[in-house]
Amino acid sequence: MPAFLNQLPIGLSIGAVLLLIALGLTFTFGQMGVINMAHGEFIMAGAYTAFLLQDVVLALPAAFLVAGVMGLILERAAIRHFYGRPLDTLLLTWGVSLVLQQLARDLFGAPNVQVPAPSWLAGGVGILPYNRLFIMALAVAGVVAVWAYLTRTGLGRRTQAVVQNRRLAATSGIDTGRVDMLTFFIGSGLAGVAGVALTLIGPVGPALGTYYIVDAFLVVVAGGLGQLRGAVLAAVGLGLLNSYAEFWSDASLAKVIVFAVVIAFLQVRPQGMFVLRSRALT
Amino acid sequence: MIRRPPPFAAAIGRHLPFAAVAAVALVAAPLLLEPFRLGLLAKYLCYAIVALGIGLAWGQGGMLALGQGVFFGLGGYSMAMYLKLTEAGPGGLPDFMVWSGVAELPALWTPFASPVFAVGMAVAGPVALAVVLGTLVFRQRVRGAYFAILTQALAAAMVILLVGQQGLSGGTNGMTNFFELFGQDLAEDSTQRGLYLVVAGVLGVLYLATRQLVRSRYGRLLVAVRDGEDRVRFLGYDPALVKTVTFAVSAGMAGLAGALFVPVVGIISPALLGVVPSLELVVAVAVGGRHVLAGAVLGAVVMGYAKTAFSEQFADGWLYLQGALFILVMTLAPKGIAGIAQSVVGRLRRARTT
Amino acid sequence: MRISRPIVSAIVLLALTACGSDAEPAASSNEIKVGLLHSLSGTMAISEVTVRDAELLAIDEINKAGGVLGKKLVPVVEDGASDWPTFAEKATKLIRQDKVATVFGGWTSASRKAMLPVFERYKALLWYPVQYEGLESSPYIFYTGATTNQQIIPGLDYLKEQGKKKVFLVGSDYVFPRTANKIIKAYAAANGMEVLGEEYTPLGHTEYSTLVNKVTQAAPDAVFNTLNGDSNVAFFKQLKSAGASAESMPVLSVSVAEEEVTGIGVDNIAGHPVAWNYYQTTETPANEAFVKAYKAKYGANKVTSDPMEAGYNAVYLWAEAAKKAGTTEVEAVRKAAPGIALDRPEGRVTIDGENQHMYKTARIGIIQPDGLIKQVWDSGEPIKPDPYLKAYPWAAGLAAGQ
Repeated sequence: MPAFLNQLPIGLSIGAVLLLIALGLTFTFGQMGVINMAHGEFIMAGAYTAFLLQDVVLALPAAFLVAGVMGLILERAAIRHFYGRPLDTLLLTWGVSLVLQQLARDLFGAPNVQVPAPSWLAGGVGILPYNRLFIMALAVAGVVAVWAYLTRTGLGRRTQAVVQNRRLAATSGIDTGRVDMLTFFIGSGLAGVAGVALTLIGPVGPALGTYYIVDAFLVVVAGGLGQLRGAVLAAVGLGLLNSYAEFWSDASLAKVIVFAVVIAFLQVRPQGMFVLRSRALT
Repeated sequence: MIRRPPPFAAAIGRHLPFAAVAAVALVAAPLLLEPFRLGLLAKYLCYAIVALGIGLAWGQGGMLALGQGVFFGLGGYSMAMYLKLTEAGPGGLPDFMVWSGVAELPALWTPFASPVFAVGMAVAGPVALAVVLGTLVFRQRVRGAYFAILTQALAAAMVILLVGQQGLSGGTNGMTNFFELFGQDLAEDSTQRGLYLVVAGVLGVLYLATRQLVRSRYGRLLVAVRDGEDRVRFLGYDPALVKTVTFAVSAGMAGLAGALFVPVVGIISPALLGVVPSLELVVAVAVGGRHVLAGAVLGAVVMGYAKTAFSEQFADGWLYLQGALFILVMTLAPKGIAGIAQSVVGRLRRARTT
Repeated sequence: MRISRPIVSAIVLLALTACGSDAEPAASSNEIKVGLLHSLSGTMAISEVTVRDAELLAIDEINKAGGVLGKKLVPVVEDGASDWPTFAEKATKLIRQDKVATVFGGWTSASRKAMLPVFERYKALLWYPVQYEGLESSPYIFYTGATTNQQIIPGLDYLKEQGKKKVFLVGSDYVFPRTANKIIKAYAAANGMEVLGEEYTPLGHTEYSTLVNKVTQAAPDAVFNTLNGDSNVAFFKQLKSAGASAESMPVLSVSVAEEEVTGIGVDNIAGHPVAWNYYQTTETPANEAFVKAYKAKYGANKVTSDPMEAGYNAVYLWAEAAKKAGTTEVEAVRKAAPGIALDRPEGRVTIDGENQHMYKTARIGIIQPDGLIKQVWDSGEPIKPDPYLKAYPWAAGLAAGQ
């Protein structure tokens, strides 16, 4: 197969990684307006969970729990005092992310650690290794689960109600505090799952989160806040763009091109691809 | 009206605190501090100039710019290019170009041999970029978190761009090894003391000017835009214009700070203008108190000092302390140090009157 | 707003006085302060913490053996925080405030370039322990790691010997890979080798599928890898899962040592060659003692690597120079240093008087399934350092202006 055709599945698999790391953010950032800079460190927590268990499959549910509980603690201890001040949460969670990175360094040491890839993931089809396919499948499963949760369960529908109009939801008898907790738990848990998947292709170390956080935000912003379909389209689009831009230029330039395209795109659609319609003014 | 104190006393009273700080900064500090510590203070004051701009754009105008490092860097690189060219002499090549295998001075560099051009560009470059970006972004009503992340992406892209152009920018290393500025030996303590005074002076002048700006009609309009952009638009003003101008002013300050930073600290590198240093400055403003300009300045000095002190005392775990410090400030005192100070003074006042 | 200002100014005053008040602990007359300046936080901590540990071990050992000139060495540790301006700031602090006799520190070229003017300005000594891109010889820096003719060129000689004609260059985007690749291209042109491609990725880059696609499509005989840090983990994992094998396409790395192998995963990198001057398995009496002492101090599961050994050596070389000079005064130590030769874990190391680099033995090793590196080739004797590659006709013009 010609090299440039190979870039198509490669682009899709990059998109799957982006989607996986951004999925949790569409929850915490999109649904709750909380800019969680510690999202990257929840990804890292998931990766370290896989390291402790030394088993990627077992680690998926475990990492969801570990990262989810960390998110829950963060929400209860600090973030809930900050609702309505999204920019302040950004700074607060950035402080949390610094502390978590240093904590990881002290607990697990500065050098990277190794998570063994399951033997059944060795090999591949064409240009795509099985571990990439695994990540793609995981991303699809994640999207379906989130979609089902939001539209098919009572809790999910309540979450949507809070997103659309917090005060009206509260007066209708929805316990918004509980919904917030749950949303944050799920969003952070998804970051943990992403962390497990990333152990298959990348380093597992204290700086892990910092490598992915900006990309994750780009996906959410380009897709539109809280928009699942927007996140999917943005992740795939940026993945393909990255793949081809790097193929025809180099890795550094590809990154700059991706940033430039997102900035330009926001000129055309300042709220991302899809916008949550609202009658609120400011 | 009735209780207004005599005008003369009021004027003195209003300027006394500023005069006191200025006296300490300009007279006491150079006399008391060792040259090394004075150099550090000069560095913090450079950051304070950037913080002042952030205080204006964010505290007064509600624009959280996470990419001020880009403007700081543009200013710093302009200055560094001038310094490198003076060092290389006419026809010479800066050291990093030699080991990057660049044979001829790139055209982009030539005008920077002129100090006037270099210092002018240090301010004009950031202003121009901010005007372009602001016009595009604010017209489209991109704001809040979107604006924050957009500027953050800009910082990330800028770093990658600079790192990739090693022959032009010095790559990851950036530029360092400067010897003289306007004929003064940069290694001399006296030169450094002079630089400190220049930085402190520039900060003082900019602070006074910004304060005037905030108190003017324009400043009120800016606050109005922050608190209700759409209402201001309905009243017939153009919020995008107000925001663009403010953003440009803060970018210009950051650029000037960058230009001052280079001779003071002796290095400029992409590490100084990326996401993390940009965020650190915003955090400093938040810690100092974003709603008061003095708070922004104070925050930059306090956080700069805290970083140095913590990392010297606890080389291994200082990040905990730095992180903990601002988690605490953000949760317990969202208005920052200035907010605490205000409430303390307010309480004292009330105690005295009752 | 107005009321707050007196308080604000009071706080500024306080901060100012605090600035000036950190009293300097007076070094007592039977102690010598030495600075250790490495990144203990940030992305470079992964590599630099262990170098600091090795230097602390050397200081301990020297103190146990009676110190230097009858005085005990007291380490002053500072964090460079993976940030070049911080390196310059902390170097200034160590020199001016702590008045250390010498500084051991740095890892990245950028950190060294940032510190260089500081050491030259204050005429203080820096010992830099990592292999680097050459083209430098500051009178105030001693370079205890390899320069290009002790690592890159032996690596190329090895590939040539193995009959590898077509190479692909992969590196992180900074000065060392770019300079190394310039040298490689000149070498290839002079030795009938062909460079099929040259790719750079930003530091900290973790998505390598496109690059792996480019490499496998080009189908080179070997890859010359100058990636740094965490990128190596992503690159080797993704290369391995794309089905590349060390037999058909060996990847020669110059920044992957024992330490990094665990993080990359032995499965992903076993069988690939690396080029260094020292391995944990290097067979010398001094190395046996070093490995034993290091494991005793920091844990049996720890490994030793080339930069750690170079840092460990640096302390001993400086101590030897100070003993020879009879003082720790910088100019005297600089004058005493040339010609000092010690038997170190990597074998004999001699300080070159001309450029302050070391004579070092080059070694090519293959990464073993147990994570250690087995030597398969060495240069026989220590190679004279040649940072500007003056002795290589094909390299003329590489260092323009020198």
